[in-house]
Amino acid sequence: MQKTSTLALAVAAAVGIAGPGFAQTNDPLRDEVRQLKERTDALEKRVQDAESAANQAAQAGNRPAGENALNPAVSLILNGVYSSLSRSPGDFRINGFVPTLGEVEPFPRGPSLGESELALAANIDPDFRGTGIFSITPQNEVAAEEAYIQTLALSHGFTVKAGRFFSGVGYQNQIHAHAWDFTDAPLANKVFLGNQLADDGVQLKWVAPTDTYFDLGLELGRGRAFPAAAPEGAARDKNGVGSANAFGHLGGDFGSGFAWQAGLSYLRTSPRDRTFQDADSAGIAVTNAFSGRSRLWALSGVLKWAPDFNSTETSVKLQGEYFRRKEDGDLTFDTAAAAAGPQTGAFASRQSGWYLQTVYQFLPMWRVGYRYDRLSAGTQTIGLVDSGALTPADFPVLGHYNPTRNTVMADWSASEFSRVRLQLARDRSRQNEPDNQVFLQYIVSLGAHGAHTF
Amino acid sequence: MKILLKTALFLLSLALPWSASAALNVFTCEPEWASLAQEIGGDKVSVTSATTARQDPHRLEARPSLIARIRRADLLVCTGAELEVGWLPLLLTQSGNPRIQSGSPGYVEASQFVPKLEVPKVLDRSLGDIHPSGNPHVHLDPRNIAKVAQVLAERMARVDAGNAAFYRDRAADFGRRWASAMQRWDRDKERLKGVAIVVYHRDFSYFINWAGMREVGSLEPKPGIPPSPSHLAELVEQMKRDPAKVVVYSPYNDPRAAEFLSQRAGIPTTMMPFTVGGTDGAKDLFGLFDDTLARLLAVIK
Repeated sequence: MQKTSTLALAVAAAVGIAGPGFAQTNDPLRDEVRQLKERTDALEKRVQDAESAANQAAQAGNRPAGENALNPAVSLILNGVYSSLSRSPGDFRINGFVPTLGEVEPFPRGPSLGESELALAANIDPDFRGTGIFSITPQNEVAAEEAYIQTLALSHGFTVKAGRFFSGVGYQNQIHAHAWDFTDAPLANKVFLGNQLADDGVQLKWVAPTDTYFDLGLELGRGRAFPAAAPEGAARDKNGVGSANAFGHLGGDFGSGFAWQAGLSYLRTSPRDRTFQDADSAGIAVTNAFSGRSRLWALSGVLKWAPDFNSTETSVKLQGEYFRRKEDGDLTFDTAAAAAGPQTGAFASRQSGWYLQTVYQFLPMWRVGYRYDRLSAGTQTIGLVDSGALTPADFPVLGHYNPTRNTVMADWSASEFSRVRLQLARDRSRQNEPDNQVFLQYIVSLGAHGAHTF
Repeated sequence: MKILLKTALFLLSLALPWSASAALNVFTCEPEWASLAQEIGGDKVSVTSATTARQDPHRLEARPSLIARIRRADLLVCTGAELEVGWLPLLLTQSGNPRIQSGSPGYVEASQFVPKLEVPKVLDRSLGDIHPSGNPHVHLDPRNIAKVAQVLAERMARVDAGNAAFYRDRAADFGRRWASAMQRWDRDKERLKGVAIVVYHRDFSYFINWAGMREVGSLEPKPGIPPSPSHLAELVEQMKRDPAKVVVYSPYNDPRAAEFLSQRAGIPTTMMPFTVGGTDGAKDLFGLFDDTLARLLAVIK
């Protein structure tokens, strides 16, 4: 088309220059030239018409019209699991650690539906972007997993998030379960963050103007979930802030295809009557409660490699996190005790845990992975035991034990939007009761193309 | 905690070079736009591309180093048409940089300014990873490069008004050189007219359309789905009935599928530069088209 119009222009120009000269003489060529000029003009007009029509058609085809043209990006995650477990998930516990009461137990035995997730996201106006991610549990409960607004127009690398969002504690906590490399969370995330921590509050984050990636962030929240509170406990009834988390990350590239990120975070909360279930020395179920302060340090590292950063064919990912928690305060035994009333004594714990996992994509659609989990119960000082009022047998779940777990997985992805995974694990969360676990899982995503977090 | 943060900040300010350059920072998603931005911006711009010719622009992760780069950008030039949908939105929301957000003058989606091919009539992922706005690989039609060059010059002039005349002059000069190169390519492409070609992914459609070639198959059974043995077997059969002249692939594709078809069907295969930096010959946009044409002409004679 362009070539034709150039030609037409060239001919027209030539005719335009030559025209007047011919016009003065009464040459028989004159009519011929005039005809030629008319023809080129017509040709040029046709070319222009065709071009503008093509442009209009292209533009009309670009954007759908109508009220729904500005709908947010919608995506639906579906997932289902078949589980075969050698121990009942009903009595799942992680010995040596205060139970978090989060969704930490394995999937039910047999086929079960995992959480279905509905995500909506869009720019609200030039200043804000909004994201809502709602999960529908297999028990038919709807939960706001994340619902937040985020600034777009603050300059100098600042962003502010407000609402409910996954906290920037460690690395995996911010990633949605459907994007995890294994079916379930690391044991450390289960005992220190109740599987995954999402608080209601605000986050301020600053990205430095440096060549090496560097960010700093601060989160202030209500403290609605473990470690600040038990999810089933009484709602916090206090003005101000119930939890604070500060974090920083460094990251960059090196070599021909290595990308890395390291993070450090510090979460500080003040639990009030954070309850947990245990059994006393007679085997009768009791509810205990902790009040005091809890501080959690998390160190995380991710290293990825793909030839020339092109992960189409092959890639390797190495990921690890180390958590260290200190808790000091009071522990109340049997909050519902009728006869003598609840007994309260001092409580202190110094505990840690870590995991290391690697995933290797050896063919375009295929990946295999291995994960090792280890928790260290460390030291726990229970005043009521030290004073002789109660015995360690009254706090069986807090008995000293270091849980471990070995996990292997293999998954296949037909496209970016689907994944089928087989995972085998030997889970030693329960003291002296290893659990052999098999999970066969599918995860699919419908609708808007999700973004790949690092 | 405060002291700790302050200390960390101080240490970092010592350890890391704060990039304070007066040049206009241009962040591009693909190398072809980096090359174009360099042609127009000259020494007044500092250009960085998120991907190289060795990377599939569909599949990328929002690496920390990319966030660090987009954080400092004054102008963003990407293809659009959902090509970067898997990673660019994340980079934008994490950048804390309002200059390059969608809708601001510093945000340029090249595909918006050219007519698009292969706009799907049916939107359904059973058809593979399709792009609702049409095929995004618009840069392989030299007429599109000329159009985007004008848009880019105007945007540069807008976000860096002090150098507006400089950008417009350079764009005009580029336009002249491009037009004369296109005359050369127009002659070369005559010999490609009607030539049957098999592609890896449908990323050569704009070139094929411009050159008047005939795409008769792709190694991917559907867009974004890697070549499967059964699909390759079908292609081999198809080549027996209606042989193509050449099988092409991009530097970021695994050459094995193309070589398999090439051997079974007795059709030559060649790697195309696809974008700037894809081959030694494709050092800039001029080299990209020179080398693409030269490679095709070498195998079809």
